[in-house]
Amino acid sequence: MGKIEMSISKDLKSVKKKRHIKTGKRTRAGKNNLIGYLFISPWIIGFIGLMLGPMLFSLYASFTDYNITSKMNFIGLANYKHMFTVDDMFWTSLWNTLYYVLFSVPITTVGALLLAVLLNQKVKGMKIFRTIFYLPAVLSGVAVYFLWMQLLSPSTGMINTMLSWVGIEGPAWLFDPQWTKPALILMKMWSVGGGMLLYLASLQGVSKNVYEAAEIDGANIFHKFFHITLPMISPVIFFDLVTSTIGSFQIFQEAYVMSESGNGGPANSLLFYNLHMWNNAFKTFDMGYASGMAWILFVIIMILTVFQLKISKRWVHYEGGNDK
Amino acid sequence: MKSTSTSYKFYKYKSSPIKLRKLFVLFLLLTGSIIILSPLFWMISTSLKSPAEIAQYPPSLIPKEFHFSNYIEAWKTAAFTRWTMNTVFIAVFVTIGNVLVNSLIAYAFAKIPFKGKNILFILVISTMLIPGFVTLVPQYILFSKLGWLNTYLPLIVPAFLGSAFFIFLLRQFTTSIPDELIEAAMLDGASHLQIWWKIILPLTKPALITVAIFSFNGAWNDLLGPLLYINDENLYTLQIGLTTFKGTVQTQWHYLISMSVMVLLPVLLLFFFFQRYFIEGSNISTSRKG
Repeated sequence: MGKIEMSISKDLKSVKKKRHIKTGKRTRAGKNNLIGYLFISPWIIGFIGLMLGPMLFSLYASFTDYNITSKMNFIGLANYKHMFTVDDMFWTSLWNTLYYVLFSVPITTVGALLLAVLLNQKVKGMKIFRTIFYLPAVLSGVAVYFLWMQLLSPSTGMINTMLSWVGIEGPAWLFDPQWTKPALILMKMWSVGGGMLLYLASLQGVSKNVYEAAEIDGANIFHKFFHITLPMISPVIFFDLVTSTIGSFQIFQEAYVMSESGNGGPANSLLFYNLHMWNNAFKTFDMGYASGMAWILFVIIMILTVFQLKISKRWVHYEGGNDK
Repeated sequence: MKSTSTSYKFYKYKSSPIKLRKLFVLFLLLTGSIIILSPLFWMISTSLKSPAEIAQYPPSLIPKEFHFSNYIEAWKTAAFTRWTMNTVFIAVFVTIGNVLVNSLIAYAFAKIPFKGKNILFILVISTMLIPGFVTLVPQYILFSKLGWLNTYLPLIVPAFLGSAFFIFLLRQFTTSIPDELIEAAMLDGASHLQIWWKIILPLTKPALITVAIFSFNGAWNDLLGPLLYINDENLYTLQIGLTTFKGTVQTQWHYLISMSVMVLLPVLLLFFFFQRYFIEGSNISTSRKG
């Protein structure tokens, strides 16, 4: 970032110097540099002050026993050692989070895609249907969690009542450790309309000519979907996969509100990574340890993103050819 | 126009599969809509039931008696009026910050040629990949050292420091404004700041409304921020108020659900009035890759 500051001060100087020489493009270029950096300066301040700085600080803090009130004592790798070898809850929370990501991401991606295909058909009143399916994606926050706690209530909730109509005895959902995470995934599926909209826009962007050409060649509806639609919208699928993986990894509020007294129960089945980090940071004020957890989270997400990026070269199709 | 041609064709042997397919699609759409809307129906129904009826097995679909008083009683149980005003206060400032600052930043990235612009823009985009929780702990430490705990500053100030997603969204929009307009204004002696205020802001209004709606909605629904920075009950927002409300009226679901309806109501209204902008916002975010 020093480079930016340098170039800012350089621009300042050059502007001052050139104030007298009124001619030439160089003045204008210098002025543009100054104005450009001035305009984006809020972002630069935010980036340094709220992202880069804090991240570097937390990297250092992760090697200390910092607890916000005392001073920082350097303890080397002790936090990380504790995390990997002593803290069982670290592994439990990591496993819970992976479970959630591994199921919720593919289910919502496929769900959103199929829904988009359905909503891309030509039927009267389609606009209204699109609105209805998109609606839950707009609703979020504590009110929605309360609603779902009510819906998932084992004996008097809507879900189990509906299941009983078709002769299925529903599980205890948020009270059964085995069913807590599926319950959250079910809730997540309700708002699948957000992803649907993404796919719908890209489906409408696929040129009709391609389909017509394929029809002449005798392609049926499945051929068309797998050999034209999917490749054509694969960049959007990829984008959705990357962002929803990162998003799902951050699951916190749901567990905080919906689990027993907010601590990830029953049987720690809703103790997600971020909830465990939160408890360490703001309940026991073990900031050093929580900082270490934050960095491990960062590393995991970077690895996953790079991995998805590598894999994507095999299946993501970019118009104008893949540049490998 | 298309439907008339199909209904005409319906009598011909060959196109009846098309009609069948349409019926099938319609069936799926209707079933799906019922499933999607049923939680909201259940919510409203529950909010009007008596506590006894909520606990009753098997549950009733429609309340025997409509207890509209649930809403008034629940509202009076806690400081909801105060919390609503607090939330509106924060949301308004967050919205103003996001709209103005991100538009200014986006204008620079779209229209002002400055050194290192492209690299910086890639940096902006890549920050979207950094999970918020990674910076949560150090940000908390920073704000607490600044003495900002129990104030709205940690919730409002970041909104004035740019958001990668909104910058991206607005840059897309601003780029599409013809350069000639800007050049003409410059020939008339307008500064970049004037151009931004007088030309860019009015011309990107639809995108700005989208940003405004997303910001307001985000601030309205934010639990994490207030939970972290606000301890004083007088300063609570609706989200955190609702969360603690659960602890005080643990089993009184008629109150919890009617309050939930009221908290969701502004978002629902926003959605119905500005639907187009919600949808545009989601579509613009696609165009980056699609």
